[in-house]
Amino acid sequence: MTPWQGRRIPLAWLLLTRQPMRLAVALAGITFAGILMFMQLGFRDALFDSSITVHKLFDTDLVLLSPRTKSSISMTGFPQRRLVQAMADPDVTGTTPVHWNLLLWRNPKTKGTRSILALGFEPRDPLFIDPAVTALAPRLTQKGRVLFDDQSRDEFGPVAKWFREGRTVESEVAGKRLRVAGLFTAGASFGADGNILTSRETFLSLLPNTPSGSIELGLIRLRPRADPARVVKRLQALLPEDVSVLTKQGFLDLEMDYWRSSTAIGFIFTLGAAMGFIVGCVIVYQILYSDVSDHLPEYATLMAMGYSLLTLLGVVAREGLLLAIFGYLPAYAAGQVLYAVIHAATKLPVAMAADRAITVFLMILVMCMGSAAMAMRKLGDADPADIF
Amino acid sequence: MTSLHPGSAPATASTGDGPATVSVRGLSHWYGTGSMERQVLQGIDLEIHPGEVVLLTGPSGCGKTTLLTLVGALRQVMEGSVRVLGCELKGSSRHERQLLRRSVGMIFQGHNLLRCLTAEQNVQMGADLLPDLAYRARRDLSREWLRAVGLSDHLGKLPHDLSGGQKQRVAIARALAAHPRLLLADEPTAALDSRTGREVVDLLKRLARDEGCGVLMVTHDPRILDVADRLVRMEDGRLWASDATVG
Repeated sequence: MTPWQGRRIPLAWLLLTRQPMRLAVALAGITFAGILMFMQLGFRDALFDSSITVHKLFDTDLVLLSPRTKSSISMTGFPQRRLVQAMADPDVTGTTPVHWNLLLWRNPKTKGTRSILALGFEPRDPLFIDPAVTALAPRLTQKGRVLFDDQSRDEFGPVAKWFREGRTVESEVAGKRLRVAGLFTAGASFGADGNILTSRETFLSLLPNTPSGSIELGLIRLRPRADPARVVKRLQALLPEDVSVLTKQGFLDLEMDYWRSSTAIGFIFTLGAAMGFIVGCVIVYQILYSDVSDHLPEYATLMAMGYSLLTLLGVVAREGLLLAIFGYLPAYAAGQVLYAVIHAATKLPVAMAADRAITVFLMILVMCMGSAAMAMRKLGDADPADIF
Repeated sequence: MTSLHPGSAPATASTGDGPATVSVRGLSHWYGTGSMERQVLQGIDLEIHPGEVVLLTGPSGCGKTTLLTLVGALRQVMEGSVRVLGCELKGSSRHERQLLRRSVGMIFQGHNLLRCLTAEQNVQMGADLLPDLAYRARRDLSREWLRAVGLSDHLGKLPHDLSGGQKQRVAIARALAAHPRLLLADEPTAALDSRTGREVVDLLKRLARDEGCGVLMVTHDPRILDVADRLVRMEDGRLWASDATVG
């Protein structure tokens, strides 16, 4: 007999759908919990992703950092000589010294100031993987010119818009007048709301107190078939203690670990998601428990007819499964919409990642099945001898 | 344990020959423990044969319902022997009793229909207990039974929209759809007016006869006593052999 031929009355489905109000409350609760989890986990992941928006762009295999550098918002200087020394390694093919600091940008429209991430580099050195930046870099050789990140937050002023309209956009950074010479694309992060690129000469004129020969980041490019991990070991042995050598991935991890462990942000968002989970559990348990209680005489009747307790437990389990599926779908749709809204409003890289979609579904599934398992204990009270 | 499934039931509706549907010997039962202990059944002996309709009467609290739940495999037997459809219930496991109940139709004082199911679906909950029958066959069977109880125009109605008599008839169809070889009924007419009550019992008797199915019915209703092949009266946990065979 095919399974289709063997099918039974879909009791779980009918129990749910013939009580539309109760079903609506249950689904609203699950959807709410799902949206809460999507939002909290989305923010958390966006934070970690966005903290390395700029880091990911560098055209590099290894980086040099000061050992005191813990994150992009507190980059500490180290001697640029170390980068020159690194060139001694046979696998190293090129280096780029980079200045890195947060400076005050004046909004050319409202004249208000706001902190922006400024990177200074030699325009002829490779900086980003993006060839567009390489192509625009020569424009920075003229002093007082910057490239502006068109994904920067709107609070920096309508710079990209004005520039595209052909206007001359000038602003003040750290009290010095600068002109926008082009646009590039990076994106806002939790650490920086916007980004600009300048030549080292311009950068140093903005920060005249920078010790000479001090840089915040050194990029090291290797021969195509070199093993980055082994070169890291060799450079660590070669270079003094005043500099640390990391792979590009290590550089990304350092930044993410900072936001994960040194701040409460990751914990807070995870806790927020856990709250959604618990609220959902309570709602689903309430619904399934009262459903079982209300139908106890009917469950007892089915047992008296010869249905096994296992069959009836299956009915409750299927109710839980149906609630999970039909509560998840609207939560998923709402999550998509809210991610789009949040991305538009904050420029944070929030999107529906497959692993998060699965995580939230599994959490809703655990929530519903766990609540169903709790509600099943009530079924033990269904004594078929009591119904006569 | 012999087969519990329908099909092996003797088609004869005659009393006396073949194995008894129900055979109770020296059955005693107590509720409570210690000083609260109260004996409700004392040495009951009872036989019901295929196709036989036995009516059980007596004052409230005399143990009728307890006897019904013991014969219906809803309770564990404490003392004595209860053989139902060839299966000894004394010392039976929970699972054995659950399987046996599939061959025992039960009709309750309240109709006990599932509120979220239509009349047809309620009856099919009974038919769904039959093994090796395709979905369509079980659905057709359910419709046939509803036709047999005169409700073919009410297939899609929820219990909420049916009258008391109609609900009780759905309950009968549900009980019979599982091809039971024993029907237990606890005051099936209690919630019905006298004319509907009459119709329901007549229907019950006719269908039970046709199916060769033994019936044990508890009732207080003096108007329906005449449907019985045999009347049994219970008082203080004992059966009084008022074997006045009627009709």
